[in-house]
Amino acid sequence: MSTQIEQQETETEQEEQEAEIESPGERRRAEKREREAEREAQRETEEATLDDEETVLLKVFRYDPEVEGKQEPRFDDFRVPFHKGMTVLDALIYARDEYDSSLTFRHSCRQAVCGSDALFVNGRQMLGCKTQLAELESPVRIEPLPHQEVVKDLVVDMEHFYDQMHAVEPYFDADDLPEDELEEQRQSRENREKVKMSTRCIWCGACMSSCNIAAGDNEYLGPAAINKAYRFAMDEREGADRKQERLRIIEQEHGVWRCQTQFSCTEVCPKDIPLTEHIQELKREAVKNNLKFW
Amino acid sequence: MYEHDVIVVGAGGAGLRAAIAADEEGADVALVTKLHPVRSHTGAAEGGINAALRDGDSWDLHAYDTMKGSDYLADAPAVDTFAKSAPEEVIQIEHWGMPFSREDDGRVSQRPFGGMSFPRTTYAGAETGHHLLHTMYEQAVKRGIEVYDEWYVTNLAVTDHEDPEDRECHGCVAYDIKSGEIHGFKANNGVILATGGLGQAFDHTTNAVANTGDGCAMAYRAGAPMEDMEMIQFHPTTLPSTGVLISEGVRGEGGILYNGEEERFMFEYGYANNDGELASRDVVSRAELTEINEGRGIEEEYVDLDMRHLGEERILDRLENILHLAEDFEGVDGLDEPMPVKPGQHYAMGGVECDENGETCISGLYAAGETACVSLHGANRLGGNALPELLVFGARAGWHAAGKDMKTAEIGTGPSAKSEDGAVEPPVEPGAIDASSEDVVADGAAVEPTAVIENAVENERERVETLLEEDGINHANVRADVQETMTQNVNVFREEESLKDALRDIREARKEYENVAVSDPSRTYNTDLIHTIETRNILDVAEAITLGALAREEFRGAHWRAEHQERKDDEWIKHTMLAWSDGTPELYYKPVELEGDEETYEPKERSY
Ligand SMILES: Cc1cc2nc3c(=O)[nH]c(=O)nc-3n(C[C@H](O)[C@H](O)[C@H](O)COP(=O)(O)OP(=O)(O)OC[C@H]3O[C@@H](n4cnc5c(N)ncnc54)[C@H](O)[C@@H]3O)c2cc1C
Ligand code: SF4
Ligand code: FES
Repeated sequence: MSTQIEQQETETEQEEQEAEIESPGERRRAEKREREAEREAQRETEEATLDDEETVLLKVFRYDPEVEGKQEPRFDDFRVPFHKGMTVLDALIYARDEYDSSLTFRHSCRQAVCGSDALFVNGRQMLGCKTQLAELESPVRIEPLPHQEVVKDLVVDMEHFYDQMHAVEPYFDADDLPEDELEEQRQSRENREKVKMSTRCIWCGACMSSCNIAAGDNEYLGPAAINKAYRFAMDEREGADRKQERLRIIEQEHGVWRCQTQFSCTEVCPKDIPLTEHIQELKREAVKNNLKFW
Repeated sequence: MYEHDVIVVGAGGAGLRAAIAADEEGADVALVTKLHPVRSHTGAAEGGINAALRDGDSWDLHAYDTMKGSDYLADAPAVDTFAKSAPEEVIQIEHWGMPFSREDDGRVSQRPFGGMSFPRTTYAGAETGHHLLHTMYEQAVKRGIEVYDEWYVTNLAVTDHEDPEDRECHGCVAYDIKSGEIHGFKANNGVILATGGLGQAFDHTTNAVANTGDGCAMAYRAGAPMEDMEMIQFHPTTLPSTGVLISEGVRGEGGILYNGEEERFMFEYGYANNDGELASRDVVSRAELTEINEGRGIEEEYVDLDMRHLGEERILDRLENILHLAEDFEGVDGLDEPMPVKPGQHYAMGGVECDENGETCISGLYAAGETACVSLHGANRLGGNALPELLVFGARAGWHAAGKDMKTAEIGTGPSAKSEDGAVEPPVEPGAIDASSEDVVADGAAVEPTAVIENAVENERERVETLLEEDGINHANVRADVQETMTQNVNVFREEESLKDALRDIREARKEYENVAVSDPSRTYNTDLIHTIETRNILDVAEAITLGALAREEFRGAHWRAEHQERKDDEWIKHTMLAWSDGTPELYYKPVELEGDEETYEPKERSY
């Protein structure tokens, strides 16, 4: 055994107090406790005198199919202290950690790459972590993404979104690969530029949730999945045969032709992907392609 | 009970690569992951992936750079295997469609990176990790690999033999976040842990909220030791409110750091008279913290990184991405005002001890990616070396677990690799509050696979019931206390007294954790419960980091000690190992393997 104890833990209160005076760590912890008490007191006075400038009022959608009192959807109010740079996600985390640990929402990266926290904030789809509170009208109304089944509070069921993504065969699948396993495929800079925006999708589902067509036609592939198809159909490395198959997929009944160019998806996409443009371009490709064969 | 040949826990870069490899070998493989795969933090990596691809470069140069960067704490068999395999792995993901940035001739671009003697860093814009993660997930979809997403793995199902090297891992226990059900997962061939980083042990980190060191803690408690846990990399320029990384590129282009008195402190206080802002990560981080601690910080918290003098045109051309980050996550316009920055935890070099095939000392238990320690990065990871590690060692773990015939590992694992007992004098007892009541019974009773799993499932059901039904305190404060003391005391500055303070604080937090309970009674998507379980893991890894830091009395790589400011090669070229030993942590050392395939690496001064 190797981890020797330098100094046995003190048993009696008196000894503990002595140790407290002796050890710098104890002293620091005592100071910390004092500071905490001070902060607590300060917080209390602050909370008592809070005016709207320093806090933000959140109205958060709540629902839990299992818990009594939450089975009927409702909105809860949370007043959280505001600081510069604070995002909607920061505010939710504050509300959860300080007021109600059952407040439920997905989040992970806090930097707009994991796509977990697309929410409906003041009537618009956005990522909680990428939205500054300072830019929002108060009170801030936070709801789960519309048109998706709510699992609990702000968590929606993403299965349908994933199914649509998977339906377009979302994986690179070249007709031919270089023979040498150490040789890369060539791709022109222009071609990479062409697919670049489409490769930025983080699967957040904001676009699908904003789309009227998707709301009315459950089988519609939706903007994100069509964009995924675009990403591969336009990648010159895959080859002509694969492109044919890809065009066939997006041309189906619930594919590109459903889109009525309302641009709502493009407006909400947190990665600024020109979704509507990509859909339009695929429509043109499909037409060109059909002319070629007829 | 679910059953598969190979179970991969975690679906970031390492987990996905492992699963694809196992599938290539014909195994029935499943990914069990608390986040949907595309939500994994591999997606946050920006810079790039190193591999020796071109004429003039070679694997041994890459290996040499890696060893030097590690400050001679990496194991040569790991480094050599890595550098040799990185090129095929990188070309492989190109064949899988990775949208790499390109040269005029259509080949994959490479750029220079810190510590690399050749421009060998491949990249896809400033979003390399995002593209890597999505490309690999797509390939997993193509192969029809089963994914249990939003399933939280709580513990491993391991036989309870006395000696960890006799133990066998038969599967794991997972909690279905959506339904609240707990199920056993039986792995006929092996379980691969690929759970990523542990940044949440600190309150300021570039890591995701989900990076809570679960894999490390689970393996540790099952008997696989943790290695070199004290080796934590801190990044000097992260945004204060979120920890979002501001790339080194800003300083590379001429960005200047100022303290609260508008002094260019890197020069004015002599932290780096030659390189100034461009000194290495640890030097800049320590300088910033000194300024802040001595009262010259801004709002007692951060310093300023100013790039305004570069001019709008140059900023928009080369650093546009930074403008978005500062704006979106800090509410600051980098064209108009300086950006606040401070050091943040970034990467864990240490982790679950394993060999070049990913195997731990427990048969059937593997580790890969940031949660593992092969050891490739030793005391310091070079930028761009983590992503290829996911590929190379993720694949090897997957192949090995699926039964592929592979070269016998040279790196030793488990207690039999021990060379020396450790000596560390913690001020309080580390480990479980009541070690005798810990899970592993070590009477050799449970050995039959199904029984082992059922046992583990039962234990977990009980734990969850208790957490849900009893009254107690919220875990969030316990977690915050640990994170605060870690950032305060176990950061780039490590002083004996502060480290001891941290251990005392962690001890106190452990005691408080005895009283936690979950107030949300729901079985549906109970994140309160998940976070509460994670906090226990954070306690274990935080303590391991601190114990290792207290034990290692020297300055090596990312680890700096106030009382011991030089590298001591005679004494300290050895790995710090920590074994759980049923709740009473045991510290010991294992030798570093410096003998490589081509050469024996000779420790040299790490200067650039
Ligand atoms: C901001 C940032 C930038 C970086 N830039 C670079 C770079 O440019 N180049 C480079 O080489 N490296 C970089 N790194 C490091 C590198 O990105 C990471 O080390 C690496 O991506 C980790 O991958 P992973 O597969 O091990 O873990 P992750 O990608 O974090 O995946 C972990 C997985 O484990 C799952 N999981 C965790 N716990 C559980 C559990 N209990 N049950 C079930 N599932 C679980 C999660 O759901 C997730 O799927 C960077 C890191 C950061 C934070
Ligand atoms: S296209 Fe944009 S809005 Fe739609 S899922 Fe992808 S990132 Fe989200
Ligand atoms: S938390 Fe990851 S996108 Fe917002």
